[in-house]
Amino acid sequence: MNMNMIDFFEALFQYEFLQKALFTSVMVGVICGIVGCFIILRGMSLMGDAISHAVLPGVAISYMLGISFFFGAVITGVLTAIGIGYVSQNSRIKHDMAIGIMFTSMFAVGIVIITLMKSSADLYHILFGNVLAVRMSDMWITVGIGVLVIGLVTLFYKELLVSTFDPTMAQSYGLPNKWIHYALMVVLTMVTVASLQTVGIVLVVAMLITPAATAYLLTNRLSVMIYLSAFFGIIASVFGLYFSFIYNLASGATIVLVSAFMFAMAFFFSPSQGLVWKALKARKNRAELMR
Amino acid sequence: MEKKLKNPAIFVDDLSFHYGEKNVLEHVTMEVKQGSFLGLVGPNGSGKSTLIKCILGLLKPQQGSVSLFGEKVQKFNKWEKVGYVSQKANSFNTAFPATAFEVVSMGLFGKVGLFRFLKSSDKEKVWDALKAVNMEAFANRNIGELSGGQQQRIFIARALVSDPELLILDEPTVGVDIESSESFYKMLKNLHRENKMTLVLVTHDVGVMTNYVTDVACLNKQIHFHGNTKEFEESSSENMSAFYGHHVHVIHHDHDHE
Repeated sequence: MNMNMIDFFEALFQYEFLQKALFTSVMVGVICGIVGCFIILRGMSLMGDAISHAVLPGVAISYMLGISFFFGAVITGVLTAIGIGYVSQNSRIKHDMAIGIMFTSMFAVGIVIITLMKSSADLYHILFGNVLAVRMSDMWITVGIGVLVIGLVTLFYKELLVSTFDPTMAQSYGLPNKWIHYALMVVLTMVTVASLQTVGIVLVVAMLITPAATAYLLTNRLSVMIYLSAFFGIIASVFGLYFSFIYNLASGATIVLVSAFMFAMAFFFSPSQGLVWKALKARKNRAELMR
Repeated sequence: MEKKLKNPAIFVDDLSFHYGEKNVLEHVTMEVKQGSFLGLVGPNGSGKSTLIKCILGLLKPQQGSVSLFGEKVQKFNKWEKVGYVSQKANSFNTAFPATAFEVVSMGLFGKVGLFRFLKSSDKEKVWDALKAVNMEAFANRNIGELSGGQQQRIFIARALVSDPELLILDEPTVGVDIESSESFYKMLKNLHRENKMTLVLVTHDVGVMTNYVTDVACLNKQIHFHGNTKEFEESSSENMSAFYGHHVHVIHHDHDHE
């Protein structure tokens, strides 16, 4: 283990690709952590899953045209979000059904396109991430998206807070709930693009939900939750990358497993919400009653 | 506050609203004078909440119009003058990580505007609002941990924090235990008297309400009665029977009369 650690640090100083990988993963951890807080508090975990999967055809088409993933992904992501809203508002199909139908269809379209392009290696990397192959341009896209996301959340913190906490109230203040929703969908597709290389499309949703959920178990304040969530995102990225490098495993899987481990710790041991403390407290109360 | 001719706080002019085929409101005309305390009563499904949403500009009526302080609601932009407390159940996110203090401070966001943050004078306002509803001891508690009655007080504080001239409450005591709803009404009466606030209280709790309000309006698709509390009490038993479709005893709670 110690040897591994030293190997990792040596490699980190030696290889530029590893530095880029680390930097990108940390950035992704931060962005996913921040955006994830709003996703889970708005009850949109399933929507997050859907949008992240729905960018696949956009990514495939961009790849085919030789343009940045960014454009195709945002277009298909937003189209899917609009499509889901349209189907659920104009028929008896409920929101969760619409999500299930739309995103799997989009995902299937993406798989067909990529298979027709005959590059299954790329498909694997898009789906599961390949952080060690991060290019300079990918890194800068991630940085750009990161700066944009942090800027937007800082500027519109109040608006996001009110519309997430109490949509009716937000509406009576004249806040455009609908636009906030779609803006968040755009941000979600950008986050997915940023995460393509590190965790891949399939597991992005884990990075959105798990660190935010872990933070949610540990605090009663949204501002603290956002910082904690970003912090857990960073920890997951760094350790995930480490395990991925040392044991030659898909980086997406190792990053997600680290964040799942942190969630489990919070779930059992959180001071206010943890199952273990709750059980101990209940036992103590019972003992006191018996006396 | 003396103006030559005060515009009514709310003026609803021949308003009709339907959801698809279903008529919810028919030719509703209603005026709420500044400084009055109106109880808006009606059975379930009578369109009370729809009317409130039209008044707040959240819904657009198919016919007729609403004016707030003499200005058409579509053009009205002094929303900090208007406080709104909705029915507890339907709106807010109970699992949200926010303290009572933060929830109340959200009431200032409409005023503070974009790109700006709360100042220390704003924080004082939040404390004042918490005091007004007797909840300052709970400022740092998580909103989800509070009881229904306490939460509703916090939402009132949130509406009060921007110093509204008009406060609209849509069935605020639904799901709140009786004891706290009693003190709740007293608090409203106090706000009305001390702060000269115009209040609109939507309720189906006819008996208790008449001890506190100055005017009553009965709504069931149309306005069936609109007058002051005295007139309402004099005519109430016939009114109510016709209105609810069966005989109703209005129970008076005299212990609250001074």
